[in-house]
Amino acid sequence: MGILDFLKRKPEPTAVVAKERLRIIVAQERSTRGAPDYLPLLRNELLEVIKKYVNVDLDAININVERDSGHEVLELSVALPDGKPAGNAAT
Amino acid sequence: MSAEIIVVTSGKGGVGKTTTSASLATGLAMQGKKVAVIDFDVGLRNLDLIMGCERRVVYDFVNVIHGEASIKQALIKDKRYDNLAVLAASQTRDKDALTQEGVEKVLEDLSKDDFDYIVCDSPAGIEKGAHLAMYFADHAVVVVNPEVSSVRDSDRILGLLASKTRRAERGDGAVSQHLLLTRYNPARVEQGEMLSVKDVEDILGINVVGVIPESENVLAASNSGVPVIMDENSNAGQAYRDTVARILGETRPMRFLDAPKKGFFQRVFGG
Repeated sequence: MGILDFLKRKPEPTAVVAKERLRIIVAQERSTRGAPDYLPLLRNELLEVIKKYVNVDLDAININVERDSGHEVLELSVALPDGKPAGNAAT
Repeated sequence: MSAEIIVVTSGKGGVGKTTTSASLATGLAMQGKKVAVIDFDVGLRNLDLIMGCERRVVYDFVNVIHGEASIKQALIKDKRYDNLAVLAASQTRDKDALTQEGVEKVLEDLSKDDFDYIVCDSPAGIEKGAHLAMYFADHAVVVVNPEVSSVRDSDRILGLLASKTRRAERGDGAVSQHLLLTRYNPARVEQGEMLSVKDVEDILGINVVGVIPESENVLAASNSGVPVIMDENSNAGQAYRDTVARILGETRPMRFLDAPKKGFFQRVFGG
């Protein structure tokens, strides 16, 4: 116990940490709920193809399946890094 | 009039499913309803112990499904309420002993026998036993502890209830979902060491139907084979009574959400 202890920031209560972690993981799991089992594999194979042309990592690819009345939309977004082509990539 | 089927489920083990099934079934019987409670945990029979009828099990759920006993022979009448009966799980290790057709037939027979409520005590996990326990449900009580793995698993279960049940498949309207928070410790919540009721409601996006405080009376009740709801002097017992009333449509305020205030002597002398 030091005399200046009151100046130190109190550690965040663990319940706050738990809530934040759960909010993120639950949101992530809900977004892939009911999605076809092949999605993770599809995501990895797409990544391999994209990597041939652009340097991206796994987090840069987002796959979403959305259901509208009667039809499904497979949404794929790739965040490309700024002007760092791996080979002779198209922009 | 057919029976209302209520599944008590959670995903994670050890959160209080069987304790809740026993108290919910007994609570409904206390309200004059005719109730059967079924243990779906094939291979790990335990509801009989919590209900205090373990020495009277002659036939079990799988015997009935295999046609080795009638439902009437297998139902164990509760000694305290004669409008309450228990169907024990089998101790067989054969995981495929339960079939969808078999379960459906048992539920239909109970319904024809004028039961008002059938409480299905689900095993932990999301395997076949858990799937069959929830498949025919009209209502679900999802038991959750204020703890990260339990909250996450209960979200999976809420997703399964919305998609992998007969009601969902037929488009008969959703299974009504009731979230029950158990093992709640208000003192630890106030210290910031435990998720609060509001935290859990925010994360899962549904309101709780009841909050059962962590209580030594729960262990005492299971030790003696008396569902804790019968202990009217315990907070847990009273919280279960409130929960049953809410499930039956009554409005009751939540109790036992605040830590007991320390008295003068405790504040001065500690403890």
